[in-house]
Amino acid sequence: MQTPAPTDYVRATSVANAIALLEEHGEESRLLAGGHSLLPMMKLRVARPEMLIDINELDELRGIKIEGDEIVIGAMVTHREVLESPVLAEHYAIFREAEKVIADPLVRNRGTVGGSMCQADPSEDLSAVGSALKGTVVIENSSGRRTVELRDFHEGPYTTKVEAAEILVEVRFPIRPGAGSAYEKVERRVGDWPVCSAGAYVVVSGGVVSDCGIGLTAVGAEHFCAPDAEAFLIGKEPTEENLRAAAQLASDASDPSPDQRGPADYKKHLANELTYRALVRAAAASQGA
Amino acid sequence: MTAIEEVPLSPAGNPIGFGNMKRVEDQRFVRGQGNYVDDVNLPGMLHSAILRSPFAHAKINSIDTSAAEALPGVVAVITGKILEGIPRPSLLGDNFAWMPTLSYDTQAVLATDKVRFQGQEVAFVIATSRYIAKDALELIDVDYEPLPPVMDAKKAMDPDAAVIRDDKGQTDNSITDVHGHKSWESGNAIGTAEAIAKAEADPDCVVVTQDVMYPRVHPSPMETCGSVAYLDKVTGQLTLYTTSQAPHAHRTVYAMVAGLPEHKIRVISPDVGGGFGNKVGVYPGYVLSIVGSIVTGKPVKWIEDRNENLVSTSFARDYHMKGTIAATKEGKILAVDVDVLADHGAFNGVAQPTNYPAGFFHIFSGSYDYPNAHCKVTPVYTNKAPGGVAYACSFRITEAVYLIERLVDCLAAELGMDPAELRLKNLLRPEQFPYTSPTGWVYDSGQYEKTMRVALEMAGYDELRREQAEKRARGEYMGIGISFFTEGVGAGPRKDMDILGLGMADGIELRVHPTGKAVLRLSVQSQGQAHETTYAQIVAHELGIPPEDIEVVHGDTDQTPFGLGTYGSRSTPVSGAAAAVVSRKVKDKARIIAAAALECSPDDLEWELGRWFVKGDKERGKTIQDIALLSHGSLELPEGVEGHLEAMTVYNPPNLTYPYGCYICVVDVDPGTGQVKVRRFIAVDDCGTRINPMIVEGQVHGGLADGIGMALMELIAFDEDGNCLGGSFMDYLLPTSMECPDYELGETVTPSPHHPIGAKGVGESATVGSPPAVVNAVIDAISPFGVRHADMPLTPANVWRAIQGRPVRVDMAVE
Repeated sequence: MQTPAPTDYVRATSVANAIALLEEHGEESRLLAGGHSLLPMMKLRVARPEMLIDINELDELRGIKIEGDEIVIGAMVTHREVLESPVLAEHYAIFREAEKVIADPLVRNRGTVGGSMCQADPSEDLSAVGSALKGTVVIENSSGRRTVELRDFHEGPYTTKVEAAEILVEVRFPIRPGAGSAYEKVERRVGDWPVCSAGAYVVVSGGVVSDCGIGLTAVGAEHFCAPDAEAFLIGKEPTEENLRAAAQLASDASDPSPDQRGPADYKKHLANELTYRALVRAAAASQGA
Repeated sequence: MTAIEEVPLSPAGNPIGFGNMKRVEDQRFVRGQGNYVDDVNLPGMLHSAILRSPFAHAKINSIDTSAAEALPGVVAVITGKILEGIPRPSLLGDNFAWMPTLSYDTQAVLATDKVRFQGQEVAFVIATSRYIAKDALELIDVDYEPLPPVMDAKKAMDPDAAVIRDDKGQTDNSITDVHGHKSWESGNAIGTAEAIAKAEADPDCVVVTQDVMYPRVHPSPMETCGSVAYLDKVTGQLTLYTTSQAPHAHRTVYAMVAGLPEHKIRVISPDVGGGFGNKVGVYPGYVLSIVGSIVTGKPVKWIEDRNENLVSTSFARDYHMKGTIAATKEGKILAVDVDVLADHGAFNGVAQPTNYPAGFFHIFSGSYDYPNAHCKVTPVYTNKAPGGVAYACSFRITEAVYLIERLVDCLAAELGMDPAELRLKNLLRPEQFPYTSPTGWVYDSGQYEKTMRVALEMAGYDELRREQAEKRARGEYMGIGISFFTEGVGAGPRKDMDILGLGMADGIELRVHPTGKAVLRLSVQSQGQAHETTYAQIVAHELGIPPEDIEVVHGDTDQTPFGLGTYGSRSTPVSGAAAAVVSRKVKDKARIIAAAALECSPDDLEWELGRWFVKGDKERGKTIQDIALLSHGSLELPEGVEGHLEAMTVYNPPNLTYPYGCYICVVDVDPGTGQVKVRRFIAVDDCGTRINPMIVEGQVHGGLADGIGMALMELIAFDEDGNCLGGSFMDYLLPTSMECPDYELGETVTPSPHHPIGAKGVGESATVGSPPAVVNAVIDAISPFGVRHADMPLTPANVWRAIQGRPVRVDMAVE
């Protein structure tokens, strides 16, 4: 049995209350969402917050809904809810494809969208999805709310634009009629973090790519995206040659570190190969194939 | 599916003898009512935690425990210096800081002079709770002076390599065994060298050499190691609840280590949550819980967490092997020569019979008929955790089988011959048994070709090859891998095999109560093997007593006779034989008592299951239950015959048993990503008589998952700085059901001629036999890219790099 360091615990009653508690307890307090990153880190004593502020009862942070031309996912929506959401499945296959390969059912039952985003693991699959879809996050503090582009959200590994007494409350994604999307992941074993994952959406209209987004994770791509590859594709036919060229540009955007999941050359190769595979399927889906 | 001989059923519906029967112990396991060491809670019990070294190699300048001692709830903090001050009246050293290993080396209980691997035990905190003990670890201030670590076994003997065992006055990192040897050879060196040289010069022959690494892996039982020790100062009795695969052997070791009188030590292994060899050795934690109880006068519990188990307890493998195989161009194997560099870690803590310092690796000549074989194994110290014989390896037959089965596939590739055909050309033939191998093993029985043909038939081998050819033509890569393995299990004949001088024979006791119910007391210890079920079935088979009427007692040295424990697939070959022999002793005595009751000569009686009757008059007889009551009653017995119905025996096996099998694995490889999908796995085992086929199949299932895990993902690697890169289940990957196909099992039955019921051990067969089948399948799949070999684990990255022709070194950090 792993034993965390001494810690205290309080249950927040509202978002405003949670923010007040964060202000009260300061730097050594942490929000407890699904707990599937924080608690293992505490058990290994890598993390040792003095106060856990439990936000699991905040129903205002739950739910997946459509507001205007955006999909809104509450921060406390679980991976399982994302996986099973008919709303998300209708607009973006990428959510279901990514969630199917995120961890395992036990983690997906408890782990949350907001928690995953704020944990900001450099190998987080949802970060690649969010970046591919060019979503935004809504961050709340005691003076109000602000919106941050997901492609501007990450400051680096495990650090985001969410400040000490702030809560990420929503993630929002624009609805793109006619978009096809797909997610590709290589993992060493079911439930493992990705060696590399690539996600993409593509809108093909009039035979050419009119809009697209590419997300990459675990390979050191800045903000989990590949803007040069996207720019290259706009206005081009989604031919094998063009998609291959875009995939190479995506790989160029990666800067992987070698680790036990694989050497850098392999990860760069995967960034290419998986981007290509995701683009092929996303483009085909957009064209109704 | 297993064909089951018809046996009568008991009132409870169980077979009175061999056949499928639900596991008795599952009644408590599935209800969550097992009793594991961590479930043991004694009055006044204290908890503990071990401070472990963050460095692989460092001098300890000082340890300051004052802040830890000041933490409320901390009862004592023990360091190596304190242990050095506790005198030990023992032949094995004069204080408690060091203890003997099972290979006659010494190992630090707590480091005194320096630390020698990351995770090594440095200090021991005893406190009123586990949390406080862990908190206190952070308050201990150790002044380390880092030394250059020796992480690469291939550099361990470099002249400038740091010397790890300066405590023993060593000047290099060689290992010397108890016989004074620095390397271990077997077979015919000259004959083998000559045969290979001749083949090299002969245009009608080929010689293939291949480096093959079996990387360091870890058994990772679900339950980590732990113990609860209580030394009662009034009675002088030490009771130790512990996760042990060998409680009797452990008790003797404690008697020697602690200098405690053996009759005052009681070792209890309650339910054990998996062992796989991880729980054969004696760990510093066990000893420390004993020391803790001596120091505090209270029971002390020590339970590892997962990280501790992975980084510090007995690893497996870590063999760098080079094999050379010579054959004619027709595919007749002529000779095999093997050179091994064995990484033993910082202390030579290998658990194996004394005369077999490389374990049973010397059985590497495998299942094939050729006259010349030779191997040399050279062990070295490195700054890694000690251990080395674990993970269901049958004393390193795992490494041996992997090597020969890879070599045979390399040879097949060189010859352009189908690997099935090549094996069939060379398999030992039934008339050759008992067969003496070129390295001196005497294989007891086998019908190898028959078994292999069953496997090929089940797999639809020819059809698979056709499918493969079609797929290759369209750029799809499937592979078919075969392995044929022979194990030697059931150590052992006591004249040849001992551990720390304890001969590997097993005692057993059977007592039949007046009402015909029975209790069987075993020396071996189940870690999941279901001894409580299968041993009752053995007695049922011999005596006709329903298995539900037989209580099987094990795991408590006060309740059971002496024996060497459960590992190396030895329980059924040794204690299983003992169960049959002791039952026959009871049956013989029952005959005398029945004869007295029936007023005839014992010679006039004939046995049918559960009953002696008068020859020619079947109605006149006595059941074993009748006889049990008579034996306790007033019946006048012949002179010299004592009352009651019980017996004991010590079984000394005349030879090992040699289970074998043929495994076929089918994989699909995505060359774009290097991902491997195991599509099918066909396993045909011949383990002789099957006592409970369902349990055998369960063991095979588990072993196949082990093998798939080792072949594809499991690895304990290190970086150059000495950091263990497999310290959690996020890093040390075990396979899940998603990686394992629905297994297709088959069997042939070739009984062991020397085992009383013809059974052979099977617990490790699948773990031994499956890795080469998986690897051979993957290599077969990617052979069009010119790949002849790639080392395990065949992760997506390693497969992709092999396809690219780029080098892979799996045991060190990825560069």
